[in-house]
Amino acid sequence: MAKLKYNRNGRLLFTREMKKEYTILAPMMAPIHFRLMIDVLRNCGYHFELLDNCGPNVVQEGLKYVHNDTCYPALLVIGQFIDALHSGKYDVNKTALVITQTGGGCRASNYIHLLRKALKKAGMEQVPVISLNLSFLEHNPGFHVTLPMLRKFVAAMVYGDALMLLRNQTEAYEVHQGESNAKVEKWSSYLTDQFNHGRAMSRKEQKRILFSIAKDFETIEIKNTPKVKVGIVGEIFVKYSALGNNHLEDFLRGQDCEINVPGLMDFALFKVDNRLEDIKLYGGNPFKYLAVNVLMNYLLSMQNTLIAAIESVPRYHAPPHYAHIKSLIKGVIGYGDKMGEGWLLTAEMLELSEAGYENIVCAQPFGCLPNHICGKGMIHRVKAIDEKSNIVPIDYDPSATRVNQENRIKLMLAVARENLRSQNTERRNIV
Amino acid sequence: MKVGLDIGSTTIKCIVLDESGKILYRSYERHYSRITEKLTEILMKIKKDVIHGEKASLTISGSAGMGISQTCHLPFVQEVYATRIAVGRLIPDADVVIELGGEDAKIVFLTGGMEVRMNGSCAGGTGAFIDQMATLLNVSLDEMNNLAKQYERIYTIASRCGVFAKSDVQPLLNQGARKTDISASIFAAVANQTIAGLAQGRPIKGKVLYLGGPLTFLSELRASFDRALKITGVCPENSLYYVALGAAYCSAEETDLDKAMESVKEYGCTGSFLSIPPLFQSHEEYDEFLRRHSQCKAPRGNIAKYSGRAFLGVDAGSTTVKAVLLGKDGEILSSFYRSNSGNPVPIVQEYLLSIYQDYPNLTIENSAVTGYGEELLKNAFGIDFGIVETVAHFTAAKCFRPNVDFVIDIGGQDMKCFKIHNGAIDNIFLNEACSSGCGSFLQTFANTLGYSIKDFAKLGLFAKHPVDLGSRCTVFMNSQVKQAQKDGATMEDISAGLSVSVVKNAIYKVIRVPNAAELGRNIVVQGGTFLNDAVLRVFENELGVEVTRPDIAGLMGAYGAAIYAMRKSKGKSTIVSKDELENFKHEVRVTNCGLCSNHCRLTVNIFGGNRRFIGGNRCEKPVTKRSSGAGLNLYDYKLNLLRSYKPVPGPRGKIGIPMGLNMYELLPFWHAFFTKLGFEIILSPSSSRELYLNGQASIPSDTVCFPAKLMHGHVQALVDEGIKNIFYPCMSYNFNEHHGDNHYNCPVVAYYPEVINANMRCLEGCNFIHDYIGIHRRHDFPHKMTAILKKSFPDIKFSEVFEASNAAYVAHSDYFRKVRTKGDEIVAEARKQGLPIIVLSGRPYHLDPEINHGIDKLITSLGAAVITEDSVSNRVKHFPTKVLNQWTYHARLYSAAKYVCGQPDMNLVQLVSFGCGVDAITTDEVRRILEEGGKIYTQIKIDEITNLGAVKIRLRSLFAALEEK
Repeated sequence: MAKLKYNRNGRLLFTREMKKEYTILAPMMAPIHFRLMIDVLRNCGYHFELLDNCGPNVVQEGLKYVHNDTCYPALLVIGQFIDALHSGKYDVNKTALVITQTGGGCRASNYIHLLRKALKKAGMEQVPVISLNLSFLEHNPGFHVTLPMLRKFVAAMVYGDALMLLRNQTEAYEVHQGESNAKVEKWSSYLTDQFNHGRAMSRKEQKRILFSIAKDFETIEIKNTPKVKVGIVGEIFVKYSALGNNHLEDFLRGQDCEINVPGLMDFALFKVDNRLEDIKLYGGNPFKYLAVNVLMNYLLSMQNTLIAAIESVPRYHAPPHYAHIKSLIKGVIGYGDKMGEGWLLTAEMLELSEAGYENIVCAQPFGCLPNHICGKGMIHRVKAIDEKSNIVPIDYDPSATRVNQENRIKLMLAVARENLRSQNTERRNIV
Repeated sequence: MKVGLDIGSTTIKCIVLDESGKILYRSYERHYSRITEKLTEILMKIKKDVIHGEKASLTISGSAGMGISQTCHLPFVQEVYATRIAVGRLIPDADVVIELGGEDAKIVFLTGGMEVRMNGSCAGGTGAFIDQMATLLNVSLDEMNNLAKQYERIYTIASRCGVFAKSDVQPLLNQGARKTDISASIFAAVANQTIAGLAQGRPIKGKVLYLGGPLTFLSELRASFDRALKITGVCPENSLYYVALGAAYCSAEETDLDKAMESVKEYGCTGSFLSIPPLFQSHEEYDEFLRRHSQCKAPRGNIAKYSGRAFLGVDAGSTTVKAVLLGKDGEILSSFYRSNSGNPVPIVQEYLLSIYQDYPNLTIENSAVTGYGEELLKNAFGIDFGIVETVAHFTAAKCFRPNVDFVIDIGGQDMKCFKIHNGAIDNIFLNEACSSGCGSFLQTFANTLGYSIKDFAKLGLFAKHPVDLGSRCTVFMNSQVKQAQKDGATMEDISAGLSVSVVKNAIYKVIRVPNAAELGRNIVVQGGTFLNDAVLRVFENELGVEVTRPDIAGLMGAYGAAIYAMRKSKGKSTIVSKDELENFKHEVRVTNCGLCSNHCRLTVNIFGGNRRFIGGNRCEKPVTKRSSGAGLNLYDYKLNLLRSYKPVPGPRGKIGIPMGLNMYELLPFWHAFFTKLGFEIILSPSSSRELYLNGQASIPSDTVCFPAKLMHGHVQALVDEGIKNIFYPCMSYNFNEHHGDNHYNCPVVAYYPEVINANMRCLEGCNFIHDYIGIHRRHDFPHKMTAILKKSFPDIKFSEVFEASNAAYVAHSDYFRKVRTKGDEIVAEARKQGLPIIVLSGRPYHLDPEINHGIDKLITSLGAAVITEDSVSNRVKHFPTKVLNQWTYHARLYSAAKYVCGQPDMNLVQLVSFGCGVDAITTDEVRRILEEGGKIYTQIKIDEITNLGAVKIRLRSLFAALEEK
């Protein structure tokens, strides 16, 4: 069995032996994306497992082991880990955990430390925690983010965005229920298979596959009834995770809405771009700027492919180019606002509104620090810019009740339906 | 016919209209959470009496109606939307609607861009809140309304949350403030909260409608809104029924009422809920439990036969008054436990008088008082000693379990727990932010469900499937309970579930321990709430230990005080005599203190015989007429030092700086910088309540920390002064002091200028400079700054900015040198005088007296010297922490904690702003560092308004513990 090794500061390391023997557990966030990403990690030689446990016990464990004033995502992610470790499904002496760390000025960079504190409290200090980050924050001899791994990761993210977006735009209108989700399943397993054979990663292959995915979704028969279009923005975890937002997407689908959840790609671009903006705003190493710029351009070219593929099917609304999103917030909020979702969140609200998804749920954990600024703090401004925007901010935490949240969303939807009706009458009058 | 049903959080409203829209029937009834029964009843009635077999269409609305409509496939319309429909029909010229309900508050703007606003996750300022306050004042809603009519002055009460308001109202009651004034203040608070929280800067004017229960029934609440909005609003006919009316108007499809009733009935018995094992499996188990706990008894004596020395202990708690009279061997001669009805003085007076009259053979030889009303009662009756609650409870607990290592006391609204380490009180946990785990929580619930607390608690003992309700706010627990009832939980299950949630709240939210071993093996539980067997059982189950519950669990504070009095007896008590009591007078006057700029609102209680008591003061000045220990207070020094950066008129005109958040530290920097460039720096005035209220309307997020909210007032003040250029930069990064892994500002400090810019309309026409600036890169700073300033002042040259930057960096380090030098002087002086030193740690902006509420002065008045975290943080080298140490201000906390560990006469007290997300991380880490160094960790939560009573308990307990050590 692998020996426990510690670094100078007493941090438990993930060793090379562990890479062979250990199962690494990863928390769930955006299901389509994460399944593909986990495939990538498995493909790189790690025994990964994506957690899908949810339910009240996750929250209970979170409340028990995490400071209750900490943000809800931390509570859930850590609760999910502890719940899994307590479930008996995993050998706690042969299990490691992985968690992302952005290194930004938000509390989220501290999740990993809160997780270690929780493990200690729960008497499972022997479980190593791996930080997954691009800021060179914590080194582990048995886990390395390599360039090929990164490339595959980006590919998985792009596929995830494409599948999510096509699914959302088709599902609300499909004639035969369930077809869109079946397509997602089909392509996910196809991609998994391709990844396992080291394929579907090159630019050329990606282009081909993305175009085929779009074409394939086009074959789904749809009916052309106008529906309320709702955009979801917010703190990244609560935005994507059904566990975090009380199954917001399902609720909205049940209310007969088309939903639009902006993809992960913009978030990745935003985080990389922040480094460039930092140098522009405060000064810095020009060589670093150039190096980061290479990465930026790489991601941008991927996004271009994604957009081109979606645009190839006229009935779909392609995601906006990063440059366009960025241009929308000029004079609204500064490019230096980079903690959490930063200016991107404001930009997404403006973009959604512009693209006809003017009904927006802005989801955040209760007391989320960056969202005081770029979420709730900017709604007033967004409404001033785009009069038709109809935004409802919703806070999520263990003590918020679903009834209350849904009631507020229903109010937003009532206004949205009224607007939709008057739009339809107007259209009819013009015709 | 059209039927509209509005199923709210506490009531069901029903309207039946004929085809022409005439109202045929209306009803308004409380449903006591038995929604399905009540609803069936109403449907039966209207079917029989009104509809008479005609065609009818039905629509449901209201927060509690959503679930029913879904499961029963009945049409639903959201309630705010329904209101709008109804107003559009009935009062088409209305401009704004303000509607208060049981758990929600709404504002609908109808003209000039339709907008609807609804309270978010907080139920402050709603009907439930007013109910809670009435309970606290021990009056009915009607009485409260009548009381408010005779008000003379308004106190500041936070209505954001019932819990916060309680902590404002309680001290007022304890100080003897009039109920008339408090009632009116509560209404004013509701009006303020609704307007500020929901309007968010949008003006409320024109024809304003008042709808919903509270605004219909309470004329004084309407008057408060009128006053706050400077308008005269209208409360139209049928103001209770607008939602129901709107629902009725929306009804279109014909509904089969019989089928509807059928499905409602079915709805009542479907579903399942999360449950936990029963508290007791059998009656035998319960009897065994009772037997075990009945063994723990305090000795009793017979007062009728007793004569001689006696010792009195009084505990004036938040909602109750308790007293214990002991004989010379510590036996209890007499005791009482009563609700204080908002004023403990007459109750104690009556009790004392009865003792004097009925038992003339007794002599009270010594007396002690503890609890919230300590000072008031001590002065009123000349009681000999006042002791802090924790000491009283510890003294009492030791009598029952000499080796006690953990005491938990759950009272009406407070929870006090402490660990005992080496015979001294060590770690204190108080519930500061939330009372959801306390006795009044159960009480309120029992009342709303229509039970007395005793009966209600008993119900839970043998519940088959106690509901797992989690632990949450009282107000929102309502919806959870409703959900459970819907899913078929019985009253028994709910009662047990609520007891569980009380305990879980205590263990996981207040104390935050994952297992009992951390608490120790010898636990004494006390406080009125533990007399509830269900709560006690759950507590033992949850921790897996058998605890001691004395038979006088509700009297432990008073018992401890009496024991203390017995031990400290000196032969003659100063307590008032029988004659004095018979002529006892109690008069209350309210006045503003004029001795400093705080202008505390004082309540002066005057009793007979030259005894008086002043409440509401933040410092000792109005009592002693002199300032206390000002020389040994680094907060004071820093504040004065900052005030010495005066404006210097210059050729380039004025630049305004809002004095809040990071400006409390960067003022010397920017002052030097702009003065050198030829600008006159104009600072916003000192923070005050008024300044805050002036900016309050533009705050977009009501959960952001108070220091950030204050910024709106500061910017407003600058604009009002006519300043055209305002400088408030965004800063992701702070100075790198090399104590951490990074040097960020927290997101709020970093980007709050963006919020100001986006939400304060008054800035139009102003040049608001809020660019992103990096002072951490000294070399780049002048270049970047030149470009930024050139946008506003094209004539500025790089060379000037370069020089100004140099001056700025020098001024910054000068400022720190001065602070640290003064810190050293204070430490040296304190050591000379042998005083304990408190490192009062927070963030630079905690220097603002409006934010720290004079806690620094409170500490010096208790006889200690106060220094700041930044005066010692440079004394330790960078060391590894167990968290990512990435914020400059917070790195200082860790360093200060580390430093304190090496100083025997220093202790650290951490100030935490409510809503500061970062502090959720720092508090645990600071605690860890201190505890590893063998120090006691003390944390004080501060907000818009702070309960200084709780702060005092903490500090006094800390000093008591230090003495014991």
